[in-house]
Amino acid sequence: MATLAAVLATTHHPFYLKATTAPVEEQIPQAAEWKRKVEAYRATLTRAQPDILVMVGADHFHQFFLDNYPTFLIGKAPRYDATFYNEEREFGIPKYVLEGHEDLSRFMHEGLMDRGFDFAFSHELKIDHSIICPIITTRPQADLPVVPIYTNIFAPPLPKPKRFWDLGRAIREVIDAYPSDKRIAAVGSGHLSLELGGPRQFGEHGPDPDFDRKAIEWLSNGDIEAILENVTHESMTQSGNATHGFMDLILMMGIAGPEKAAYVDCLDLYHTMEAYFTWYPGEETP
Amino acid sequence: MSKYYVNKFLYTVDRDPEFLRRYKEEPRAFVTTWEQSIGPRLNESEVTTVTGFTDAEREALINHDYVALFEMGAHFFLSLTIFIAIYDEDYMHKHGPLSFQREFAAKLQHWRGREYPTIAL
Repeated sequence: MATLAAVLATTHHPFYLKATTAPVEEQIPQAAEWKRKVEAYRATLTRAQPDILVMVGADHFHQFFLDNYPTFLIGKAPRYDATFYNEEREFGIPKYVLEGHEDLSRFMHEGLMDRGFDFAFSHELKIDHSIICPIITTRPQADLPVVPIYTNIFAPPLPKPKRFWDLGRAIREVIDAYPSDKRIAAVGSGHLSLELGGPRQFGEHGPDPDFDRKAIEWLSNGDIEAILENVTHESMTQSGNATHGFMDLILMMGIAGPEKAAYVDCLDLYHTMEAYFTWYPGEETP
Repeated sequence: MSKYYVNKFLYTVDRDPEFLRRYKEEPRAFVTTWEQSIGPRLNESEVTTVTGFTDAEREALINHDYVALFEMGAHFFLSLTIFIAIYDEDYMHKHGPLSFQREFAAKLQHWRGREYPTIAL
């Protein structure tokens, strides 16, 4: 059976690349620290020596729109283009082509259907920054085949937090059941408190530092009970209108299980709090 | 009210450099063109006939009025992205990084602590 080599849950700040590659005199004060933290985080994936990446993100109205927006979708293509024109324009993110892994995509799709998740699917999927940002930060050589999974954290009505946790648990079962000697890592991105296009956007910190602090503690401890007790669509809205991306971090913790993370780091930036978590399920915490 | 159609406008224009240029330079003329020949497209060969703007929606789009769009419940990501595309560079040169984003937030301060208009359709 396949080995789940690591689970990474990360925020995706689309300006990371721009912020850390700009001429030094134009960089934000935290740029050097940010780069150090990201490189240390990257080592947690490198160490796991993965062969395949299951990538979790959300399409930000790039390929999918309100005429047909999937709640859960899996990519099943042999290869994936990435980065849309408006992401290059706004964030300065380059284009990529990622190899797919059709066999694991098929196995994952069927396995998730068997476990009560009726996924939409795509054989022609162009990936957006929710997946490319973590590639840039955790695997910039972009050399591994991927299985992309999209969730709806973006266009209401959204599934409940518990559903994201359950989906993570189901993905874990399917990875564990995959008949292969490959090492699979799951890498997913979301947010802590975040405001976009509203009165609390682009402040000195994220819109709700108190939520951010608690959320980091919950994820660090694998404390799904506290999350399900405290986090609802309404509470996330109060923390910032785009905070619902937090549910993809819940999903990632679902893949790992209710365990303490082996690696936790964060960085308080303008606009939002960055946070990085890695689990090595089944291993003693180093 | 057609929140869907307002979002469709923002979505189709933001993703196309030529539409974006026209919307920046001549918003009134471009909104008219969009309503006639771009908005109704379902795909390359089919059109839809059942959508349209209210007068208030049309005026908000013509005036690049992101406060009105917020108050109508246009999707925050679309609205932020398209107006960053239109204004960020000019503001950056005049007032420094993030000045447009912060002015955008400042104009919405009256919504702080209140329940925002929903983006749900």
